[in-house]
Amino acid sequence: MARITASVYTSHVPAIGAALDAGKAGEPYWQKVFAGYEFSKRWMREQRPDVIFLVYNDHATAFSLEMIPTFAIGCAAQFDPADEGWGPRPVPTVVGHPELAAHIAQSVIQQDFDLTIVNRMDVDHGLTVPLSLMCGQPQAWPCPVIPFAVNVVQYPVPSGRRCLNLGKAIRKAVEAYDQDLNVQVWGTGGMSHQLQGPRAGLINREFDNAFLDRMIADPEGLAAMPHVDYVREAGSEGIELVMWLIARGAMSDCSRGADGGPAAGPPPTVRHRFYHVPASNTAVGHLILEESRA
Amino acid sequence: MPLDKPYLDVPGTTIFDADQSRKGYHLNQFCMSLMKAGNRARFKADERAYLDEWPMTEEQKRAVLARDLNRCIQLGGNIYFLAKIGATDGKSFQQMAGSMTGMSEEEYRDMMLAGGRPIEGNRYVGEKND
Repeated sequence: MARITASVYTSHVPAIGAALDAGKAGEPYWQKVFAGYEFSKRWMREQRPDVIFLVYNDHATAFSLEMIPTFAIGCAAQFDPADEGWGPRPVPTVVGHPELAAHIAQSVIQQDFDLTIVNRMDVDHGLTVPLSLMCGQPQAWPCPVIPFAVNVVQYPVPSGRRCLNLGKAIRKAVEAYDQDLNVQVWGTGGMSHQLQGPRAGLINREFDNAFLDRMIADPEGLAAMPHVDYVREAGSEGIELVMWLIARGAMSDCSRGADGGPAAGPPPTVRHRFYHVPASNTAVGHLILEESRA
Repeated sequence: MPLDKPYLDVPGTTIFDADQSRKGYHLNQFCMSLMKAGNRARFKADERAYLDEWPMTEEQKRAVLARDLNRCIQLGGNIYFLAKIGATDGKSFQQMAGSMTGMSEEEYRDMMLAGGRPIEGNRYVGEKND
């Protein structure tokens, strides 16, 4: 059976991709960001996931205001890096996993989460920057990726509670898939940042570090935090952090064995934690949580 | 019953909610059109004529022509859409964000390098007598 072995959390700042693509990764400003991912790249090579379920948000790229799905699962065989106005990033095409994606879509919808199924979609920096941070600059990404786009552009975005519960449903779906696959779930976006208005440039280190602490040790409590706290404390675009709760809910300790789901597991093992200010307008946060060996 | 909007007292911040999205629909869709190189070229060649192809308000068109992003946001614009104008102008996201703060580009960059805008005094309208 397929199993979720780890979850990864990271910011997805577009300027990080631009710096990497322009060969500026070695500059002191960017070195401080990339240094936080050296361990992660080694870890990725050791883990060799078969599939990455990548939670991110589209930034007015694939979805304009014509259609605004709250949760959209990419079921296509491949996804091209999008032209966001500067030309597409020079990164590999993202290969999907249509069979597992379709299985997860059916299972999660039957668990009362009304996903939008997307069979054609370009992917923007929200998805490709995390891949670059975790995998470097390979000729091809190391494994298939299932893009999972969350609306965090038009308010209201889904609640933290809903995101955590969705993660639990995704775990249940993956564990019922009849192939032996090593699956990772990634939650991306954040941390504190505000890109608009006179308050642009807001950073809140204290909030961010408390958020990282609670992601590790108190996901259920963190899921109760209302939207306005994200907006007030972490900036209008800091609301992206709710997406991290989807990945967190997919870890076994959140399952609790409720309504026929898998039994609750032990707390995850923290393999890596990193925090840095700034990358462009944004605080960069990063965590790797592994399923603990029973 | 009016919708609950607990975010209206966050200073210097406009939340892009359903009301803002409705007001800004054509403004944001105009921005979206700049994702295509051909449209960028036509916009650059005659901005006013290009804007007149869209059913935007005169205020929205003037705000775009003036590159007044704060005004664009008041009128229903969303920053991820407005960023397409910045990309057309060759501006970075940091330059765009900074342009809304009343700071110079250098001041804004230095503030970010020094750890960003502090949260103290920036949680509620009126904290700094603004």
